[in-house]
Amino acid sequence: MEKPFAITLDPGSSLANRTGSWRTYRPEYLDRLPPCNAACPAGENIQAWLFNAESGDYEKAWRSLTVNNPLPATMGRVCYHPCEGACNRQHLDASVGINSVERFLGDEAIKRGWKFVKPEKQSGKRVLVVGAGPAGLSAAYQLALLGHAVSIYEAGPAAGGMMRFGIPKYRLPRDVLDSEIARIVDLGVELRLNTHVDDLKQAMAEGRFDACFLGVGAHIAKRAYIPAGDANRVLDAVSVLRSMEGAHEEEMKPLLGRRVVVYGGGNTAIDVARTAKRLGAEESIIVYRRTREKMPAHDFEVEEALQEGVMMKWLSTIKEAGEGELTVEKMALDENGFPQPTGEYETVAADSLVLALGQDADLSLLGKVAGLVIDQGVVQVDAAMMTGCPGVFAGGDMAGNDRTVTVAVGHGKKAARAIDAWLRGGKYEASPKPEMATFERLNTWYYSDAPKTVRPVLDIIRRQSTFEEVLGGLDETNAQFEARRCLSCGNCFECDNCYGVCPDNAVIKLGPGKRFVFNYDYCKGCGVCVAECPCGAIRMVPEEN
Amino acid sequence: MLKQTEGSHAVAEAVALCRPEVVCAYPISPQTHIVEGVGELVKSGELRNCEFINVESEFAAMSVAIGSSAAGARTYTATASQGLLFMAEAVFNASGLGLPIVMTVANRAIGAPINIWNDHTDSLAMRDSGWLQLFAETNQEALDLHIQAFRLGEELSLPVMVCMDGFILTHAYERVDMPTQAQVDAYLPPYSPRQVLDPAEPVSIGAMVGPEAFMEVRYLAHAKQRQALERMPAYAAEFKSIFGRDSGGLLHSYRADDAETIVVAMGSVLGTIKDTVDEMRAAGDKIGVMGLTLFRPFPSAQVRDALQHAKRVVVLEKSFSIGAGGILATNVRTAISALPIDTYTVGAGLGGRAITKRSLHALFRGAIQGKLEFLTFLDLNREVVDKQLAREAQKRRSGPIAENLLRDVGVVAAKIV
Amino acid sequence: MSYQPISFYQTGTFTVGNRLLAPDERSVQAQVKRYNSLNSGHRACQGCGEALGARYAIDAAMEAAHGQLIAANATGCLEVFSTPYPETSWQIPWVHSLFGNAAAVATGIAAALKVKGKHDVRVVAQGGDGGTTDIGFGCLSGMFERNDDVLYICYDNGGYMNTGIQRSSATPPAARTATTMAVGAEPGNPFGQGKFVPAIAMAHDIPYVATATVADLRDLEAKVLRAMEIRGARYIHILVPCPLGWGTASGDTIKMARLAKETGFFPVFEAEQGVVTGVLPIRKKLPVEEFLRPQKRYAHLFGKQPKVDVIAKLQALADRNIRKYGLLGEEH
Repeated sequence: MEKPFAITLDPGSSLANRTGSWRTYRPEYLDRLPPCNAACPAGENIQAWLFNAESGDYEKAWRSLTVNNPLPATMGRVCYHPCEGACNRQHLDASVGINSVERFLGDEAIKRGWKFVKPEKQSGKRVLVVGAGPAGLSAAYQLALLGHAVSIYEAGPAAGGMMRFGIPKYRLPRDVLDSEIARIVDLGVELRLNTHVDDLKQAMAEGRFDACFLGVGAHIAKRAYIPAGDANRVLDAVSVLRSMEGAHEEEMKPLLGRRVVVYGGGNTAIDVARTAKRLGAEESIIVYRRTREKMPAHDFEVEEALQEGVMMKWLSTIKEAGEGELTVEKMALDENGFPQPTGEYETVAADSLVLALGQDADLSLLGKVAGLVIDQGVVQVDAAMMTGCPGVFAGGDMAGNDRTVTVAVGHGKKAARAIDAWLRGGKYEASPKPEMATFERLNTWYYSDAPKTVRPVLDIIRRQSTFEEVLGGLDETNAQFEARRCLSCGNCFECDNCYGVCPDNAVIKLGPGKRFVFNYDYCKGCGVCVAECPCGAIRMVPEEN
Repeated sequence: MLKQTEGSHAVAEAVALCRPEVVCAYPISPQTHIVEGVGELVKSGELRNCEFINVESEFAAMSVAIGSSAAGARTYTATASQGLLFMAEAVFNASGLGLPIVMTVANRAIGAPINIWNDHTDSLAMRDSGWLQLFAETNQEALDLHIQAFRLGEELSLPVMVCMDGFILTHAYERVDMPTQAQVDAYLPPYSPRQVLDPAEPVSIGAMVGPEAFMEVRYLAHAKQRQALERMPAYAAEFKSIFGRDSGGLLHSYRADDAETIVVAMGSVLGTIKDTVDEMRAAGDKIGVMGLTLFRPFPSAQVRDALQHAKRVVVLEKSFSIGAGGILATNVRTAISALPIDTYTVGAGLGGRAITKRSLHALFRGAIQGKLEFLTFLDLNREVVDKQLAREAQKRRSGPIAENLLRDVGVVAAKIV
Repeated sequence: MSYQPISFYQTGTFTVGNRLLAPDERSVQAQVKRYNSLNSGHRACQGCGEALGARYAIDAAMEAAHGQLIAANATGCLEVFSTPYPETSWQIPWVHSLFGNAAAVATGIAAALKVKGKHDVRVVAQGGDGGTTDIGFGCLSGMFERNDDVLYICYDNGGYMNTGIQRSSATPPAARTATTMAVGAEPGNPFGQGKFVPAIAMAHDIPYVATATVADLRDLEAKVLRAMEIRGARYIHILVPCPLGWGTASGDTIKMARLAKETGFFPVFEAEQGVVTGVLPIRKKLPVEEFLRPQKRYAHLFGKQPKVDVIAKLQALADRNIRKYGLLGEEH
């Protein structure tokens, strides 16, 4: 074609005009910290595994999840999911059901028989883990993945710790727990049951261990002095729950009687009261000195207990345990919210009283460990979970007051990474946390409304009489729906918005899974991509010159 | 084939023989019969492969033509007078984009006062638009020039205006020799656009050009248009070889070889002038004629050659640049400025005023006798003009000029006042 | 509506793309190898809504026409910023003739294609609101009434932004422009003037008329694709915020379009043969003030003493749109 001078131009020739020189601010991609991840005591990258679950790649999701937590099926049942409390979606409709998706992934892994991948190389180092509870299992798992030879010494007859001996079956079926423990053992972890460590130093020397992790849990029930007649049965919650795990279930069931009173306001109190109900108690009463709002137990558990017929007696303290009855004093909250005695008394009929007033760890094995400091029953550790004794790390209930399975898993992971660094002669430094993906960072217009999926619940008759699991799981359809409710706060989910909304075509799409890059030759720095990024994964920064 | 037909219809038939692919039309007198004729040929199926589009204005007509031409279709339209001015912006644009559209202008005066009759003010108002402008003397030439216009325009990639006098030619029934399709096909190859809107080879046509290149664009447009000065005679010669008659070219001299006085004009008035010259020649006057066919580009060198031996040149033109004088005359005068020739400008036939042989005799006689002023108006009613001038001198608000004049010449009954 | 919203996908429902969708269900703009009919390097202002709208619309038209597309462009911002010698941003055959004749030029192109038997090559004409609703309106109406096979796309930014923000017949009431200054008894553009060309287009009974904004890409693309399924005169009127003319932050361009739609200030609908066949409902109805307040052209309404009466009149206009077009339908 003969093109007239100047009037007719070759297509797309404006590429010669580098409009990037106009820019005073430049957009940059970044990953902000989603609030769910920030809130997870186990340090799970929740947004990341939901991302994989959204596309139906459940195995990838599960593998992503288990980088930080080897027990998703367990966690999907027993975790109190602070992630959901932090979820940005609650400001739109309701939090994403992270816990239910986690359980789905965990169950899916058991169903499909997914295994962990053994490390290619062994470090030649040996690590002792004391206690096969969530902290110990987590540490053992992470250490094994890092190529260390791990031995777990467990004092009890089975692994699982408080997951087995403290959490009732109706919340955590034992086959689920067994499967997840077996998968860790399959990594080559040595598990020695019924092996009580009395002297850590000696145990380490005998086993030629290079380091150790302590996760002995808190199995010793706290007592309160209550005058009691001989005829009255006063038990502690830990013993009651542990006795539910006897080898011969029928024989070992605790004898609680028709009327059971549980004293305490934590989750353990709820567990015992609900267990009592299932064991046939006509009355199962929780006595707590403060109000429902002040109860440490999670509200949903209180609610489930009430549904099952557990009764609550707020603002009450037990003064005396008599023959078939208890003397209870009414309390009143003072202006600071503390309960104060009123001098008013009443009696409550009770065949047994179960004390659920908290637990302590058995720290007797630490007597000869030099440098190790214990303060008010808690082993003191540094930021890397190491005790005052080099090479001795600790976590779980014994090393903190926030005693949940999830915290323990987090401790185990963190300690394992620190042990690994220590074994290599270095010091573990957690990577710095990116800035928070707060709700204000999101452009939520792009998300359509979608109510939270409700998990199926066992019918009330069976809940009051059997130990069948109360809360059901999601099926694949609604698990995926629930996963897709994730807003992907602070992390690109490849929605193509930046790619689409750029008036200057200055965003390059790299293809599935590869995200995008800016073409700074043409980006004018208008900021539309930042404003229209649904999840807040782009920021504007001033140009340097 | 010889036939007796109306000028407009002859042109319509000739245009149809050129196989136009898109014809757009908006009616304005005296152009209407041309597009009606083409439209009928399309609708009846005689002219196939042609889109005939009735548009809502002349501006749209030229705009549609721009689009179709840019998309590679041979495109034709016709207009006149107000219509030409209404499309003026697009007229300039078509040439700027280098689109070889052919347009008939049925020449007609420009209002106000509104006037439907013939003069050349419309075309000449567009003389700087970048279009080639051809002026037809007869219906036969009008017919022939359309065929040549497509050839010329498409060769140069420039639009061409074929100007023919409104009513005098468009509505006159005369004998014409209508060529055959085979003749036209032999002369006019299919349109092969220089640039075209084509998804296979995308280009952007119509860029914004700033001071850095605009002057060059204008220079190149000028240079391109000047190429017509060589092409036009060549195409006329080729035309003669196929069609057997002289038509087109740059200019035609008539009995001018030894003429001391040469009358210069464009269009149908040349016939009357030639008759007058014949009579004056018979009476012994050394007078001749030079008829200009190509007004744009202006064939300055050829005009100079044709006029170089004359003592005086009388430019009789149906146009007038208010406040300046003749338009054709100015171009002629520039062409012969180096020669010692007296050049007279005569405005004639404005708004359809009849140009009679008697008036021409008197005019040319006066010129030969040295009595002609350098700027005159043929048959101007001096009395009426003087009256109005006197009125205006007396009174600032002297009323509408046109109505005053009509009253003075008695067309409007005085009693209405 | 003309497209089926993907209701079961919770994230990405309204976004440009969605990795969870099958490739053929994704938007044109989400494709790695999209046409980019309007290429990088154009000289539009930062955050230009028109540049965005033009790429959205023309890329979709290219998709529908399998790359066989020719565009005629009216004079205006889009023309000036895309084709200053010696560079053009257009990757498609494109012609600019004049300010007021884009529709007629497109008619000519369509006629040429028809006569040459190139039925697969399609024609769009495009211009700003000035080139469409004012100076080009005659040619537009002519193209409509002849039902010429042209898709005309108007990028409405509510004024003559290229010449320095003067008022057009698409400038909304009370808006400040360089020719409707925010001074005097009735500051800004007078109420009771202006015209809504989509409604006039419908009055021509042409096969397809639609409005859209740059805030709803999938809706916009669906409308262009629908329009391209039809032969004859079609009209799409796209609201494209102008950061310069509206006095908004360059990053807020899409937000402003969204607010125009969510307040009912700009009705988004489509019509076939002169009858409304669908509306894009308001998802979360907002008071018109939300749309007005971020714009400097309405700053005179929000001085020390807010002009509540004027704001109420603008709200009434939005409410009228909501009633007239039924903009509060259920969200799909």
